Amino acid sequence: MNLKRSNRNLALIRRLALTPYSFWAVLFILVPLIFVAYYAFTDSAFHFTTENILRFFKATSEISDENGTRMVHTYLLIFGRSLKLAVISTIICLVFGYPFAYLISRASPKTQGILITLIMIPMWMNFLIRTYAWMTILQDTGIFNGLLGMLGLGKIHIIGTESAVVIGMVYDYFPYMILPIYSVMAKMDIKLIEAAHDLGCNGIGVLRRVIWPLSLPGVISGITMVLIPSISTFYISQKLGNGKFYLIGDAIESQYTANNLHFAAAIAFILMVILLICMAVMQRAANKRATA
Amino acid sequence: MDKLIELKNVSKSYDGKKVLDNINLYINDNEFLTLLGPSGCGKTTTLRIIAGFETADEGDVIFMGRDIQDLPPHKRNVNTIFQRYALFPHLNVFENVAFPLREKKVGRQEIRERVDEMLKMVALTGFEKRSVTSLSGGQQQRVAIARALVGRPKVLLLDEPLAALDLKLRKDMQQELKNIQKAMGITFIFVTHDQEEALSMSDTVVVMSEGQIQQIGTPMDIYNEPKNAFVADFIGESNIVDGIMLRDRLVRFSGHDFECVDFGFEEREPVDVVVRPEDVDIVPVDKGMLEGVVTSVTFLGVHYEIIVDINGFKWMIQTTDFEPVGSHIGLFIEPEAIHIMHKSEYSGMFGDYSSFSNELDELSDAELNAEEE
Repeated sequence: MNLKRSNRNLALIRRLALTPYSFWAVLFILVPLIFVAYYAFTDSAFHFTTENILRFFKATSEISDENGTRMVHTYLLIFGRSLKLAVISTIICLVFGYPFAYLISRASPKTQGILITLIMIPMWMNFLIRTYAWMTILQDTGIFNGLLGMLGLGKIHIIGTESAVVIGMVYDYFPYMILPIYSVMAKMDIKLIEAAHDLGCNGIGVLRRVIWPLSLPGVISGITMVLIPSISTFYISQKLGNGKFYLIGDAIESQYTANNLHFAAAIAFILMVILLICMAVMQRAANKRATA
Repeated sequence: MDKLIELKNVSKSYDGKKVLDNINLYINDNEFLTLLGPSGCGKTTTLRIIAGFETADEGDVIFMGRDIQDLPPHKRNVNTIFQRYALFPHLNVFENVAFPLREKKVGRQEIRERVDEMLKMVALTGFEKRSVTSLSGGQQQRVAIARALVGRPKVLLLDEPLAALDLKLRKDMQQELKNIQKAMGITFIFVTHDQEEALSMSDTVVVMSEGQIQQIGTPMDIYNEPKNAFVADFIGESNIVDGIMLRDRLVRFSGHDFECVDFGFEEREPVDVVVRPEDVDIVPVDKGMLEGVVTSVTFLGVHYEIIVDINGFKWMIQTTDFEPVGSHIGLFIEPEAIHIMHKSEYSGMFGDYSSFSNELDELSDAELNAEEE
């Protein structure tokens, strides 16, 4: 009886403790989302319209380059470019981050602490400053080309190319790939790896059949945490791409600063829906593998 | 019988601390051999050296006539059952058992047949699609056995595999493991700190302490003819008293001269005398060789365990007759019940029951288990 009452008290306390968070979540997550949707589906007089959404898919503009002049779907082109750069950055982060996370997780506890701190230190700096730093590094007369010159390798033009944008994204979001993968791997039971060796796997077999499938949850959240911010980034492309690679984030920003709130909201809304679908598909694939 | 595995002068240190000190041991084909000792005695390290997870600092590890020190674990014809089973949580029961076969690129049909056969052996038919995390401890244990045996190893290494099971299940699994070993006709090397388990399952018991082998022998040898005070105390209950070997077959202890069956000691050599609690007969005081006062009585179902004070030394005696606390009794010991050992570094450390308590014993056992995690 007493136990029952104390259990009920505990439940009450738990619910009370959650209340501020629920309040916060509603106020700062749910309400803004509703506003985004509301703006996306209304015109400047706040009448319902699908015009903003349709504009994203229909708007065209004329571009001219070495291949001549042609009409393109403006926002679809921008979105495609954003997706491409974000996917490239995510793949690079994964390819370099995965082995790195593995090596960290197998180091001594002390070394692990040091390496994780080193990875996190850049995150303590403002990302504008980091991006500016990359500008000075990658400029034609910057540190990188200076180094190449000293080695007698000649200069290469990087700033203002897609490569520069990708470098910036990879640098900024690399820790977000490593940390979730590392945290899954650090928790992995070393005995499972020994068991796999014992049962006939060489190093590659252990990686393929035990470590990789067990680290998938970390990989999925790493991909999520890199892909989403890099697909919607706007500042990196402006600074490192010299504004030549207009990304979806830039589009939202410029519509917003041009006081075109409804269309900005529409772009944001579409981006959100697409990302949600991507994440759901990925999560589902991961769950399927986990239970297979 | 052929020597299947041989360890020659094997030593190993961690951070300057010696965990294995010159181990010499051979293991026969089809043998059930147990490495027995308290935690930190080096038994698990010995097992891991045979499995290939550790490398000896010195010495040779010979498997079927060949030094295997440089062979990685996956190339050794040896499989391990880990303490917490180490089943793959992302694979179901079937895939866990099929794991080593898939690595060897065995055909689909054969995989199915061999996994079925193994699951049948461990009585888990019908569990193929179950997730291993949904199984009970005993069932997980069976999956681990099936997975370790499906690749048909020459040797199965078992690292305290029953430690996590409750008593009843543990007894069943002991019997089952013994049966599996006989049925498969392979060598088992079993690591445990549980002496009862070691005695009931093994062909050969290797008693270890502080990185050294104390004694190798059959369970009967180890129990009846312990080599030193450590073995006598670790295996079963023992009263270990100081004695003097007067001549062959005559020993003096507790102020009385006893006939015994041991010989080959020097005249008047100080020795350790072992008398098992079940080998002491209670007789009237005037007919006894020794006389003492009962200081405590514990009822254990089959028998009473009584502590008797004889000239200040506390003896443990197991008897089916009830003797109340405070009663004076006489003790009679047959010559065959007296076992004489040379003095060793362990002399005087064990065998007196003045601070004995069952609860204390179990407590320290639990601590040992926790340490080994």
